[in-house]
Amino acid sequence: MSQSAAGGEGAPQVLPEGKERQRKRRRRKKKESKTRLVRSSLLLPEVEPDKSKRTVLACNRLKTTKYTALSFLPKNLFEQFHRLANVYFVFIALLNFVPAVNAFQPELALAPVLFILAVTAIKDLWEDYSRYRSDKEINHMECLVYSRNEKKYISRYWKEVRVGDFVQLRCNEIIPADILLLSSSDPDGLCHIETANLDGETNLKQRQVVRRFLELDSEFDPLKFTSVIECEKPNNDLSRFRGYIIHKSGKKDGLFKENLLLRGCTIRNTEEVAGIVIYAGHETKALLNNNGPRYKRSKLERQMNADVLWCVLILLIMCLFSAIGHGLWVWQYGEKKKPIFDVPGPDGKYLSPVLASVYLFLTVIIVFQVLIPISLYVSIEIVKICQVYFIHQDKDLYDEETDSQLQCRALNITEDLGQVQFIFSDKTGTLTENKMVFRRCTVSGIEYSHDDNAKRLAMYQEPDSEEEEAAPKGGTLSQRDSICSHQSIKVIHRSQSTKTHRRTGSRAEAKRASILSKHTAFSSPMEKDITPDPRLLEKVNECAKHLEVMRSHEQPLTHLSPELCDVFDFFIALTICNTVVVTAPNQPRQKVRDRFELKSPVKTIEDFIRRFTPSRLTSGSNSSSSSSLATSKSMHRFGLSTLSSTSTDSTLLKLEEKLAYSAQMNNNGYSSQQGKMAVGGAPEEGELRYEAESPDEAALVYAARAYNCSLVGRLSDQVSVELPHLGTLSFEVLHTLGFDSVRKRMSVVVRHPLTDEINVYTKGADSVVMDLLLPCSSDDPRGKHQKKIRSKTQNYLNLYAVDGLRTLCIAKRVLSKEEYGCWLKTHLEAESSIENREELLFQSALRIEKNLHLLGATGIEDRLQDGVPETIARLRKAGLQIWVLTGDKQETAVNIAYACKLLDHDEEIITLNAESPETCAVLLEQCLQCVESKFSNTIDGATGSMTVGFTPLYPPSSSVLSSLGLVIDGRTLAYALEPALEDKFLALAKRCRSVLCCRSTPLQKSMVVKLVRDKLKAMTLAIGDGANDVSMIQVADVGVGISGQEGMQAVMASDFAIPRFRHLEKLLLVHGHWCYSRLANMVLYFFYKNAMFVALLFWYQFYCGFSGSSMIDQWYLIFFNLFFSSLPQLITGVLDKDVPAEVLIAVPQLYKSGQNMEEYQPHMFWMNMIDAMYQSLVCFFIPYFTYYDSEVDIFSWGTPIITIALFTIILHLAIETKTWTFLHWSSCIFSIVLFFFVALVYNASCPVCHPPSNPYWTMERLMGDPMFYFTCIISPVVALLPRFLYRTLQGTLFPTQLQLGRQLSKLSPETRTQLLTELNVKETICQTRLFADSFSPSLGSNASDCYKANNQSTPLPTSPQTRESLFREHAKAEHKTNQTVAASPPGAVLYEENKLPSSASSMERSMGLHEIRCGTSEVESLPVGTTFPWSSAVDQADFSLLKWITSTPLFSHIGTVLQVSSSSLQNETQDSMCVLGSSLHVDFKGLKEESSNNFQDKMKGTPTDHCKNDNSETTFL
Amino acid sequence: MKNKTSVLPGEGEAQPSRCPDNSAFKQQRLPAWKPQLTIASVLSTFFLTGAFCLTVGVCLVLAANSVREIQIDYSDKCSDCSRFRENSSNWNKECHCSVNFTLKEAILGDVFMYYGLQNFFQNHRRYVKSRSDAQLLGRNVKIQRSYCAPFSTYRNGTPMVPCGAIANSMFNDTIDLFYSRNSSVIQVPLLKTGNSWWTDKNVKFRNPESYNLSSAFAGTARPPYWQKPVYLLDEEDERNNGFVNDDFIIWMRVSAFATFRNLYRRVRRVRDFAEGLPAGNYTFRISYNFPVAKFKGRKHVILSTVVWSGGSNPFLGIAYLVSGTAATLMGFVITGIHLKLRKKKTYFQKQ
Repeated sequence: MSQSAAGGEGAPQVLPEGKERQRKRRRRKKKESKTRLVRSSLLLPEVEPDKSKRTVLACNRLKTTKYTALSFLPKNLFEQFHRLANVYFVFIALLNFVPAVNAFQPELALAPVLFILAVTAIKDLWEDYSRYRSDKEINHMECLVYSRNEKKYISRYWKEVRVGDFVQLRCNEIIPADILLLSSSDPDGLCHIETANLDGETNLKQRQVVRRFLELDSEFDPLKFTSVIECEKPNNDLSRFRGYIIHKSGKKDGLFKENLLLRGCTIRNTEEVAGIVIYAGHETKALLNNNGPRYKRSKLERQMNADVLWCVLILLIMCLFSAIGHGLWVWQYGEKKKPIFDVPGPDGKYLSPVLASVYLFLTVIIVFQVLIPISLYVSIEIVKICQVYFIHQDKDLYDEETDSQLQCRALNITEDLGQVQFIFSDKTGTLTENKMVFRRCTVSGIEYSHDDNAKRLAMYQEPDSEEEEAAPKGGTLSQRDSICSHQSIKVIHRSQSTKTHRRTGSRAEAKRASILSKHTAFSSPMEKDITPDPRLLEKVNECAKHLEVMRSHEQPLTHLSPELCDVFDFFIALTICNTVVVTAPNQPRQKVRDRFELKSPVKTIEDFIRRFTPSRLTSGSNSSSSSSLATSKSMHRFGLSTLSSTSTDSTLLKLEEKLAYSAQMNNNGYSSQQGKMAVGGAPEEGELRYEAESPDEAALVYAARAYNCSLVGRLSDQVSVELPHLGTLSFEVLHTLGFDSVRKRMSVVVRHPLTDEINVYTKGADSVVMDLLLPCSSDDPRGKHQKKIRSKTQNYLNLYAVDGLRTLCIAKRVLSKEEYGCWLKTHLEAESSIENREELLFQSALRIEKNLHLLGATGIEDRLQDGVPETIARLRKAGLQIWVLTGDKQETAVNIAYACKLLDHDEEIITLNAESPETCAVLLEQCLQCVESKFSNTIDGATGSMTVGFTPLYPPSSSVLSSLGLVIDGRTLAYALEPALEDKFLALAKRCRSVLCCRSTPLQKSMVVKLVRDKLKAMTLAIGDGANDVSMIQVADVGVGISGQEGMQAVMASDFAIPRFRHLEKLLLVHGHWCYSRLANMVLYFFYKNAMFVALLFWYQFYCGFSGSSMIDQWYLIFFNLFFSSLPQLITGVLDKDVPAEVLIAVPQLYKSGQNMEEYQPHMFWMNMIDAMYQSLVCFFIPYFTYYDSEVDIFSWGTPIITIALFTIILHLAIETKTWTFLHWSSCIFSIVLFFFVALVYNASCPVCHPPSNPYWTMERLMGDPMFYFTCIISPVVALLPRFLYRTLQGTLFPTQLQLGRQLSKLSPETRTQLLTELNVKETICQTRLFADSFSPSLGSNASDCYKANNQSTPLPTSPQTRESLFREHAKAEHKTNQTVAASPPGAVLYEENKLPSSASSMERSMGLHEIRCGTSEVESLPVGTTFPWSSAVDQADFSLLKWITSTPLFSHIGTVLQVSSSSLQNETQDSMCVLGSSLHVDFKGLKEESSNNFQDKMKGTPTDHCKNDNSETTFL
Repeated sequence: MKNKTSVLPGEGEAQPSRCPDNSAFKQQRLPAWKPQLTIASVLSTFFLTGAFCLTVGVCLVLAANSVREIQIDYSDKCSDCSRFRENSSNWNKECHCSVNFTLKEAILGDVFMYYGLQNFFQNHRRYVKSRSDAQLLGRNVKIQRSYCAPFSTYRNGTPMVPCGAIANSMFNDTIDLFYSRNSSVIQVPLLKTGNSWWTDKNVKFRNPESYNLSSAFAGTARPPYWQKPVYLLDEEDERNNGFVNDDFIIWMRVSAFATFRNLYRRVRRVRDFAEGLPAGNYTFRISYNFPVAKFKGRKHVILSTVVWSGGSNPFLGIAYLVSGTAATLMGFVITGIHLKLRKKKTYFQKQ
């Protein structure tokens, strides 16, 4: 067996190279064996012959380096010669060694090539070294491996771990290889792992010891392990592991993924585990999921290479032309009449014209080689390194919290950052901080807004969330519609706020604390220290007091008021309805265990009966916990059989009477328990730490603790809760019905220690829980009350959702014992059934989770990282399409998407959830059709608006139009990614503004990215922080890792690692743009420069018989590119800033220039070529005609030409340079000085040393000749005049966006901001108008009536002078009035609208009327005396509401129309508006925000109007 | 922006923060001049350039116009000799011809005499490099390894001195100028030396060290097209003989174009010619040795004066004038555009 294992596994350690893999695959095909056999390495001596092979196979060493010390030179050279250019240059250099064709001194010609190869080699060496270091770091991590010799676990390096080794891991250690779990310190044989490094999910996952080893009574001893494990070949499927273990006895046990610990995960909550290594090193699932690194070549480079090919073509044409020319030239003299200057070959024979032209062809290739810019590649590398350096150094990309800065890991794709079109983002840890924080809650219909808590959170967050919290609290609002309508408004408002500065002090503190507590998940102080809402706290205390009194007086709990009862239950539910494990901090590896007897949860009826009867006393002092497991299992069958045999009735009867007993029993037991607790010394609550499967649970438990209701212990059957006044209560957990995504809820069934009732606490998504509530009749007052509570709660839930909070409903159900018994019976049946157990359990859960009583709801914030919504908004403005690919569940993902403004509430959302490929296909088809039809409508509408309204500056792009969001889950995604459907999927996704893929696997993520990259030919960027994002990061054109949060794997795979998501903004918008524009300009310049230079030589061929001679000395020729002209362009390539950073950030639209490749379009290459041609003609012919028919010798004429060329080239660069720092100046001056210096030195150095050229004293002599200077002045001027003129005219008449942006930077800051706001306003108008016009209008006829009604009830005196102050007073006066003020004016609005020939939709009408009704009814109830503020109120408020209505997307068209008319009102409204806004009630929060929002709009209104006029002018230019 | 000093008080001191320096260079905030190429900002440039070019152009044109030059093509006038030279068997026979011309006005100042060649591709690649600077420096007369092949050695191994195609094809016509005054013919005194670059004569070209020239060149042979060995180039003047012969040096400086002229002689300003060349009838007496008909070449003899800006070529001056005019015109045009546009301001537009 083992032989086959060794043979089948023959492939040595898997190198990332594809070849290796292929070979392995081939070999694998040959061998039939599809499984791997693993046996203990301690038994190795028995299989000695295989040892060598085995060790090779099993190495856990990680190796990602490309070279070794020996292989570096050949391998690197080999790789460098993959670059065609290098081959070309070497070929040309070697060509120089052929005497017949040589143009230069061979050694000299070789120099540049060697130089360039060396520079690249050094760079590669450096890169590989850094990889080596990181590998080494990982390889030298330590873990405990069992040693045969020492008979214990000893510390070893990771790289020494082999397959078959036994590894022991402690809590919080990282797993070094894929390990089969054989033993755990947990008595249940469980082990928790955190797979964050693997899939980004921070929740703990349970792993189980292989069954047979669980039943071992003694401790696991590796030496006794004789079983053989047969399992799958290494594969990359994280969610699958199959195999079986064959024991010596011949018995087989199945192995599942629950038994496997995966490399890269972290052990949590378990003191010690041990296991045998199954896969090691590159065979581990984690590493197999890492697709090998892809050689990334930037888009610009690809384009550049295409142009290099054009250059080659041009070169060949030039050479061919010269060759033919030379052939003709030779031919014209004929055989006989060889001229004296046509030198025969060394053998004295003349070449035939054909042969001469062939030779000449090769010669001119050498001479013209400069056209293919040899220094281009090396210059680009240098520029990129410098760009990377500057990106590194940017302070804005430094995160002080983690003390980390941006890392550029790929040096060759910086410019791709400036061209990104699609961003694929991970969610957890990328967009969010992955810290769940309890934010607010509502209990029995009363909202506790937790202002202090909000403030506390705001300390961590940007302060602008405070203003939201400052809104009045605790009011009631029954109009659900109005809230809904406000939601979208608020969202808009929030996204507009741009305050992002943080309070760094608290951050730093948080960081320090989080370092301290790093070894437990979800326990940053931000999550833990929840500030309770005083009102709620008061109620809790009151409740607790009541309870205490009641208990001491033996009163039943029912005396408690229903509200307090709800509060009490609410917190009990928060505390116990979860699977949170309590640990003590000083021994974080151990669960806190109470000293009570261990009891297993109810497993059988018998068990239940036993535990609910005083039989405990009879069966012994206490039934031992350890035995209970075994007995319960054995009784399982028995119980079942008895159950089936006996009649149900009798069982229930028995149950009933026993329950009665137990009630007494428990009442007695209560006080004793408490006493025990005190004796046992319950750990202080502050020290306890909660470890939860999901961060939400922990957040809720911490929240409850803030209200002194703290979870102090959890056993498998019992939860202890400490309460104020009451002490510790122990809840017997009868069942835990775990969370599943279909039910979307979880429940615990407990026995309440106080009431001794059986309670079901359910916690779940509001959508499901609200439907499961006990239907209440509206007749009796109680039912009415309940109904009211429910509608209120629902309102608050909606509010929470709008705020981006994750909402959970908490409900409870009190079960009578009969009910419970009844349910228990079926439940146990379900539990014990073998076939479709899951299904039955599900049904069973459904049966108990009904007729619930709503307790309340919570809002948990999965805190977004700083500035994520702003960043996303700006990136969107920059034309980037953002997709979120997450492994999270759909609801969470959608919630976060809303929170970070990825989805908008006024956006239509397409959700794709398909069960099969067929349904998926149908769904896609439908959606596509629907979208298409919608699109055509919208476009029609839009074009319609153009003729009517203001002329848009640019035709609307589809991205502006689409207000669609696409949500797709993992399974559907899998279908959609199949070749048959992927086109449709893409077509749909393209139309959507945002795409959200939930529950996607790492591989799916990468497939999505690949799909977009390949099919849409778009530039993609993937950003993520976990190992689950690695493949996506690698597939994308640009991979960005978030460093600092989770493991380093994403960072290792990424091209750029940034500390925070928000840094992406500057990285892309500023650095990306700069890098792109710099490099694009540099590349274009390079082409120009070389073409211009080579053309000079080409023109000369016409005057030297196409003989391939050059008037420029070979030294200048060879080193011109490398030394004389390279520095200025490098400086410009590194430092030039076309638009300053502030403007790029402020105007994200400028980023589009990179996406559209505006800086380097194909025609620009040709434009530059033509310009180069012209310039070279000038630079050639001015000296030519000047020196024509003179005594000038070849080098005395060539030297001015190269001088002129140098001047021209540098001045050309000067025209193209946008920013001149002293470095630019000095580099230009340096280049020229260097040229003259070298020329003078070289021309004076020796008269003979550089045959065949001999420029001795040429430069010196030229510099004494005035003609030299005159020529050098006029030629560049004439050469550059056209370009200069073109740039001037273009910059003045048709400036590009970038040029305008540059102009913007010259303005004073005030003017700039003003202009920018205008710009933004314009944009929103543009966007909203399109929606507005797609809407078919209908007249709001009711509106005027309403207004009349309003008018009647409130006479309108006019007192313009005083109304403002009056209003202010009034605003302060009372809530109610304020409401009226705010609510009533829609009538006025509508009235106004009616006057205007504009339109109001039916929807608007209904909303408006709603408000009016509410308003009028209350107005009527007002005392007549309060009429005085009405004029102002109406004036002010109608304005605000007018704004409010019109600024909702649907009506914005009207808004824009009205804006002009309303701007006159604006000044009067300003002050009072503020007052109105701040004192508004919470119910009107949305309204208020909107009004202030509109206020801002109005502020912008006036300039907008102006600029509109201006624009209409300029666009018609 | 963040403040560097506010990083964790405790840890910040213990281990230096990785926060990048806030230097202008690293943050790319170096003070910079940001020129904007708009009409308003470049107007002055156009006018200034125009004015400058016009000024220089006028000066150059005036200077070029002051140059007097006489160019005589003698390849036709000496057609007999030309035909005579076609036959290579006549290589060592002499052929003379005379060319007459009349100066209506005297040419004042220094007068230079050039020979000009047309269609002689001295800049041919293989021709240009067919020389040995080491040999010409006198260090190694019998140089073997050089670019001179096939004009480095004879079949029998005798090295050619000087080697190479350039030397071999040296212009070997002799031109004398005679002035006919009152029926008496006076030979115009011409200077043979001082025509080449000082550095060539003194640095690049040296005769080999020896007690006399002929012994220095012993064991070598003249190039095949030469009529006499190198040490007999100027028997009258020791310092103008051998490699340092001015005619030879000048010839060795290969011209840039196929049409070129080389300085041959200068008029020595003595007696009648102290002011230059007086008006009257002149005759060039040419010993026609250099065949040009084979490559359809032409030969000229040129008399010219020289000014600070070189010869009589007016091109540069005209170029200056034209471009100066163009720049000025453009300046006016864009001024017009600017004035027209001034009222309309372009705003930053949304895309």
